[in-house]
Amino acid sequence: MKMIEINNLKKSFGKLEVLKDINIDVHSQEVVCVIGPSGSGKSTLLRCMNLLEEPTAGDIYIEEDHLTAPKTNINELRQRMGMVFQQFNLFPHMTVLENITLGPKRLKGKSTSEANQLGTQLLDKVGLADKADVYPDNLSGGQKQRVAMARALAMEPRIMLFDEPTSALDPEMVGEVLQVMKDLAEEGMTMAIVTHEMGFAKEVADRVIFMDEGYIVEEGTPDELFENPQNERTKSFLSKVL
Amino acid sequence: MIDTMNIIIEGLPTLLKGMGMTLEITVISLVLAMFIGLILGVFSITKSKILRGISTAFVDIIRGTPLLVQILFIYFGLPSVIDINLTAFSAGVIAITVNAAAYLVEIFRAGINSIDKGQMEAGRTIGFSYSQTMRLIILPQAIRRMIPAFVNQFIVSIKDTSLLSAIGVAELTLSGQSIYAANFRAFEILFAVGALYFIIIYSLSLFSRWLERRLDVA
Repeated sequence: MKMIEINNLKKSFGKLEVLKDINIDVHSQEVVCVIGPSGSGKSTLLRCMNLLEEPTAGDIYIEEDHLTAPKTNINELRQRMGMVFQQFNLFPHMTVLENITLGPKRLKGKSTSEANQLGTQLLDKVGLADKADVYPDNLSGGQKQRVAMARALAMEPRIMLFDEPTSALDPEMVGEVLQVMKDLAEEGMTMAIVTHEMGFAKEVADRVIFMDEGYIVEEGTPDELFENPQNERTKSFLSKVL
Repeated sequence: MIDTMNIIIEGLPTLLKGMGMTLEITVISLVLAMFIGLILGVFSITKSKILRGISTAFVDIIRGTPLLVQILFIYFGLPSVIDINLTAFSAGVIAITVNAAAYLVEIFRAGINSIDKGQMEAGRTIGFSYSQTMRLIILPQAIRRMIPAFVNQFIVSIKDTSLLSAIGVAELTLSGQSIYAANFRAFEILFAVGALYFIIIYSLSLFSRWLERRLDVA
């Protein structure tokens, strides 16, 4: 089943066309990594997938529901898609556990004890069971990002979107975040990941998409794309980052 | 000296009653102003041009006219064209409310805008609506940052209430006037009036500074 279907997506900011005719399908349990130079439109593409950016043209379907149709209940659709940001965006006025349980309590009608139980489970999963009552300001970057993942997972999403989840982290914290993502992939989560971590993409992705200047230049399995790139631009990009 | 003290002590019960009235009007007005300020503050950051227009027009008109004129307009002007009968007290509360609200709109707007836009995105991504995200995530953070500015507006409004003496509200200033009109001891009485204002306002300033320091740490 197609979890995400994107047809002829275009996005402009004023006169600047950032996405030019993008077509992607993401299937159930597939892990898709989007790579490319900065300014290639990869983050914008990801942000279009849950309408944080309004597409200029084109259609997006999430589990066959028409995301870009005017009547769509966007709040309901977004509950099925978790998102993890580069800048974490934890709620600083709430404890770690409150960050995680806010959605389940308010949107899914879970009782405080149910939500707390779920929250504690998820914290355990991301290795932060002891941080439940801490405020985000007292966490390291890697810990913040793991809490952010737990928060997204608390809504029991069927798709997870990652927008450069390790780009704001000190190098020694990248591993702990990637590990949680890897576990998630192994559990069969459908994931779309914008990343600069080529090693991670190689190891975990089912499919890698290379974007440049608003186009999908090339896509394929990690082996195809990293070991045997066809396009000159892909080759030139990979030679710089690998 | 003893004479001066006696004059002040004699006047004190009346002055304290006036001070009570001053505080009562200020507190009621600020509470009302907070609601209006919050609503118009949210208007001022929405996408709707109409709502933004309403907010801007309100702020510009109120801030662009003297408070004394607004007070006189509400108390003497309005009843001459529409059928309402306002007591000086209600007219005073309305004037101070409307005036404080106009300044609070800006405080709310700035407070909300000071919250990183990632917070709104994070809330929306979880599946919350715009207003839920505002209520649960943005406002609790913004209001914390606004507390010092809010206390300052409280101080300004306390001072503003002295203008209500012009329409006969028996607040602190008018209470003073009524005393020295009878005993002709304007120096002593106005000194006492000033001292009472100063005590309230200075305590509030200290409170505000203390809050600012505390919130910085948090």
